[in-house]
Amino acid sequence: MTDQEHSSPLVHLALRDRHMAQGARFAPFAGWEMPLQYEGIVAEHLAVRERVGVFDVSHLARAWVEGPDADELLRSVTTFDVTTLPVGQAHYSLYCNETGGIEDDVFIYHLPGERWLVIHNAANADRDFERLRAVAGNAASEVTPETVMLAIQGPEAIGLLGTVVSAEIPSMQPRECAELDWRGTSVLFARTGYTGEDGGECIVDAEHAGALWDALIDGGATPAGLGARDTLRLEAALPLHGSDIDATTHPYEAGLGFAVSLDDGAPFTGREALAALKAQPRTRRLAHLAARARGVIRAGFAVREPGGTEPICCLTSGAYSPSLRLGIGMAYLPVEQATRGTMLEVDVRGRALPVEVVRRPFYRKPED
Amino acid sequence: MEYEIPADLLYTPDHEWLRRDPDREDEVTIGITEFAQEQLGDVVYLELPTEGTELTAGAPFGEIESAKTVAELFAPVSGELIGVNGELEDRPELVNESPFDEGWIVRVRTSKVDELDSLLDADAYRALIPED
Repeated sequence: MTDQEHSSPLVHLALRDRHMAQGARFAPFAGWEMPLQYEGIVAEHLAVRERVGVFDVSHLARAWVEGPDADELLRSVTTFDVTTLPVGQAHYSLYCNETGGIEDDVFIYHLPGERWLVIHNAANADRDFERLRAVAGNAASEVTPETVMLAIQGPEAIGLLGTVVSAEIPSMQPRECAELDWRGTSVLFARTGYTGEDGGECIVDAEHAGALWDALIDGGATPAGLGARDTLRLEAALPLHGSDIDATTHPYEAGLGFAVSLDDGAPFTGREALAALKAQPRTRRLAHLAARARGVIRAGFAVREPGGTEPICCLTSGAYSPSLRLGIGMAYLPVEQATRGTMLEVDVRGRALPVEVVRRPFYRKPED
Repeated sequence: MEYEIPADLLYTPDHEWLRRDPDREDEVTIGITEFAQEQLGDVVYLELPTEGTELTAGAPFGEIESAKTVAELFAPVSGELIGVNGELEDRPELVNESPFDEGWIVRVRTSKVDELDSLLDADAYRALIPED
């Protein structure tokens, strides 16, 4: 995880007192004071893999774009053809720049009444909202401060949400979204997440958020912090913007070509560059590395040929995997080395740790 | 939070503890304190030298990796490494669960017994723990 330099005071979460009551240890992240962990990263990680965890992800920025041409406006700034997205569906997309570099990765929800919700990364929130404002003007509005976003993830998440929030949830399919009545307010629910587990994310007004948090905890959800969120997403091989993808990387080398629509011919920022990049052979690819000896590999560590001295590249992410009990990481490798089974080594503070290129994701659910 | 600080151990400002062997006055067992393990969080790996390695007081001799960070282990005394807790290879979490007992890290035969005199007793160590 990276933290941006912020001179202004940290933004406090609306549910800060509840996090403190759960024993949260806080850390600054992208200008927010966020729970890093409660009981411990490993315990929280395993709770999500085996049962259900709840994350306060209110730092993610939430913006609406509304009106009859909202879909066309969004199409002009994002890579995925959202005009084909049916009402009640959400999809992953990207903001790219004119050279095809990834300015942010986003989730876009299509809701009834020509309303679209866009979820931005906290570190990019201001710039992203400016991007929407530039094309949509006052049809774009931010609702980050007055709402709370909770991610409920794990094999028992949908069952819990069906009991606590709405009996409609268990029949919803992955990436479906809906506004559900809950205790006299509306909860925007999407069957989405960032852990590789089943589950969903709820957006609710800050006034009712405490009651929702309490109901989820009382229902058995383990509070989980940013530490576990990072190890879970890494095991699921989901890239983190600012670490694995950024303005210097493009979607095809990052394995995100599924989020780029070129066939509709519609113009959008970065389209020409992306079309050219797609037609070219790749020179490097985001590869997935698993340690083959004990030790932890972390972001920034150099990757080398076995016995080599020259770094090939550096890890963009790295962590100890609580589920697999070994070091895992990602790095942009030249395509000839980015193939499964390639043995390399990572420089762990002067010690060479052998790693192998493996297929993604690192972690698969037992039934898969 | 009140941390356990056993009265019969010696301590370093780096949050390590030493237990003197009751029978051999030059042998000590070394680990990290409850406060240290709590600050580190889940311990997932220890990089330790092999038996027979000579340690120098104050110099780093190993690393302790947690889920979120890595910390160096400093030799509290000079001497020869005569034992490594092999249980930690498969169960590094013992450092969290039982920092003063099953989570011991190394045993050292000190070459300068008087170095032990400069270590902290429990009360002096307790004064170093920040009030939460």
